[in-house]
Amino acid sequence: MSIEPENLLWMYTTMLTIRRFEEKVGELFAVGKVPGFVHLYIGEEAVATGVCAHLRKDDYITSTHRGHGHLIAKGGDLKLMMAELFGRRTGYCKGKGGSMHIADVDLGILGANGIVGGGPPIAAGAALAAKYRGAGQVAVCFLGDGASNQGTFHEGVNLASVWKLPAIFVVENNMYGISLSQTRSMRVQDIADRAAAYDIPGFVVDGNDVIAVYEAAGEAIRRARAGEGPTLIECKTYRYRGHFEGDPMIYRTREEEEMWKAKDPIPRFQAKLLEMGVLTEAKAKEINDRIVAQVEEAVRFAEASPWPALEELLEDVYTVAA
Amino acid sequence: MRTLTFAQALNEALKQEMRRDPTIYVAGEDVGVYGGIFGVTAGLLQEFGEDRVRDTPITESAIIGSAVGAAAGGLRPVAELMFIDFIGVALDQLYNQAAKMKYMFGGKARLPIVLRTTCGAGMCAAAQHSQSLEAWFMHIPGLKVVVPSTPYDAKGLLITAIRDDNPVVFIEHKMLYGMEGEVPEEPYTIPFGQADIKREGSDVTVVATMAMVHKALTAAEELAKEGISVEVVDPRTLTPLDVETIVNSVKKTRRLVVVHEAVKQGGAGGEIVASVVEEAFDYLDAPPKRVAAPFTPVPFSPVLEQAFIPSVEKIVAAVKEVVA
Ligand SMILES: Cc1ncc(C[n+]2csc(CCOP(=O)(O)OP(=O)(O)O)c2C)c(N)n1
Ligand SMILES: [Mg+2]
Repeated sequence: MSIEPENLLWMYTTMLTIRRFEEKVGELFAVGKVPGFVHLYIGEEAVATGVCAHLRKDDYITSTHRGHGHLIAKGGDLKLMMAELFGRRTGYCKGKGGSMHIADVDLGILGANGIVGGGPPIAAGAALAAKYRGAGQVAVCFLGDGASNQGTFHEGVNLASVWKLPAIFVVENNMYGISLSQTRSMRVQDIADRAAAYDIPGFVVDGNDVIAVYEAAGEAIRRARAGEGPTLIECKTYRYRGHFEGDPMIYRTREEEEMWKAKDPIPRFQAKLLEMGVLTEAKAKEINDRIVAQVEEAVRFAEASPWPALEELLEDVYTVAA
Repeated sequence: MRTLTFAQALNEALKQEMRRDPTIYVAGEDVGVYGGIFGVTAGLLQEFGEDRVRDTPITESAIIGSAVGAAAGGLRPVAELMFIDFIGVALDQLYNQAAKMKYMFGGKARLPIVLRTTCGAGMCAAAQHSQSLEAWFMHIPGLKVVVPSTPYDAKGLLITAIRDDNPVVFIEHKMLYGMEGEVPEEPYTIPFGQADIKREGSDVTVVATMAMVHKALTAAEELAKEGISVEVVDPRTLTPLDVETIVNSVKKTRRLVVVHEAVKQGGAGGEIVASVVEEAFDYLDAPPKRVAAPFTPVPFSPVLEQAFIPSVEKIVAAVKEVVA
């Protein structure tokens, strides 16, 4: 598959934006500016990026507790995201959701999710709406290796299969669900093998190679748009940080972490782009500087934003008839 | 006496009971290698091994359902549901299976299960990690519901729960884990259905649960300065509910305020107030009041979350209203 330089640069920029955003969130958490649970996506940027590179604004995604990367790749606004993480009223959810519930329904982002395995049935439903309307939209469900052991995964994928829905289930296999390694949570080596149970295609890809993700996702999304039904894609990757900020990480070795850091998706892709001549060192620096400035601007916006007013506590529980 | 934190008291109860009875095992997400995300099962894997301390996949239905099967098969499972909010994923195994089996089978089942879980707001953990859902379980015949408020109660009630031959939902408020208190070293039990009078008083009865017990005690302290004498009653278990102790207290004080962190509508407070009204209507000098969360999900933003959680000020105001 030959990819337009413009797309390659979009992917590079998106991955780097996620990385810089997440690094900043980690720093802000450490100094107490971002409260609650924060699950960072650092190391897994190629997955959201390679998939969302194909998505239209009106396509749907369901995200997870580790959702910042999905949001950014789907076009989320850094300022509104940061304000939400700060709990301010200018945030995506008016400060009511926070990191685990950040969402932008106008961008087809049906929310991060605090419930592991909450996404697959919802993605099947969004895909049902897409099919029903016939506008060629798709629904992508991001989920973890751990989530793939939930009953909801089986139910959601089976329904999408039997109804031939335009859904793509993207398993971000980072080898752990909190402290439990994949080898202790399931017997299959490849979660993609589970596709056979639903008679749908299942692919394993190197989740730290954005091009590999892009190619597999491209085929799955083509199938979905063509009415050929769902696909399961398993992206093998690794989270560099703890499960949440503050995790002592007693369940994995520093050697394992170093091994995966050597496969960091961003320097890998950067080297490739430099070699291809799509990127120069100067341009890489320029992109990085721009992203750092955007992230700083998002932090300033969040810090300057007001807290929610106390009466907002009672608002938005129900939709009130117009 | 020696002091322990609430989490350490629970941990000691688990260890002592597991040493006593080899049929007890612990299962749940991150309970082994990690020692539980709030540290309650720390050191269990090292002492009791993988057979008895089981890290499960993320699979709440199977965590609870396998406890039902294992209990039917003669074991005494202590299953952990990391957050009470996750019960939705697995509710059937608890309320249709565990709770009803004995009755449906005409008495021929014995299900000594403890389901330990955490509840409560205060960490900015937002709408799916902060709820207080104890009233859901109170509505299900066949379940017992335990709601400790101190390290001492936590240890004694957990030991009772483990030795009980019924499914017990044991709810730990996450903001209490770090709280310290005196805890005897030897194992001891606290009977279910026995409320504890946490402070004696004569003007008004405040029934409070879990984290709210401490806010009620603070409120009582403040009110004492103004000459209002508050009796704080902690039911400790919601099923069985010690209506007698609560009613006796109200007969003495003639006024009632119930405080819980769960939303008011459909909360345990309604049941408690109704029981008192049924049994002691003539003794009441004022309509009972409930202090509870508003009818909303738990918000994330710290300013909204603090507005959501019932405060000492709100308890003080409610008490003043009923004694006015
Ligand atoms: C129903 C439910 N069970 C458990 C949890 C607690 N929890 C949050 S994230 C997580 C691990 C998820 O692992 P995985 O799906 O592999 O995603 P990862 O964190 O690795 O991205 C767990 C157990 C939860 N939020 N919801
Ligand atoms: Mg994982």
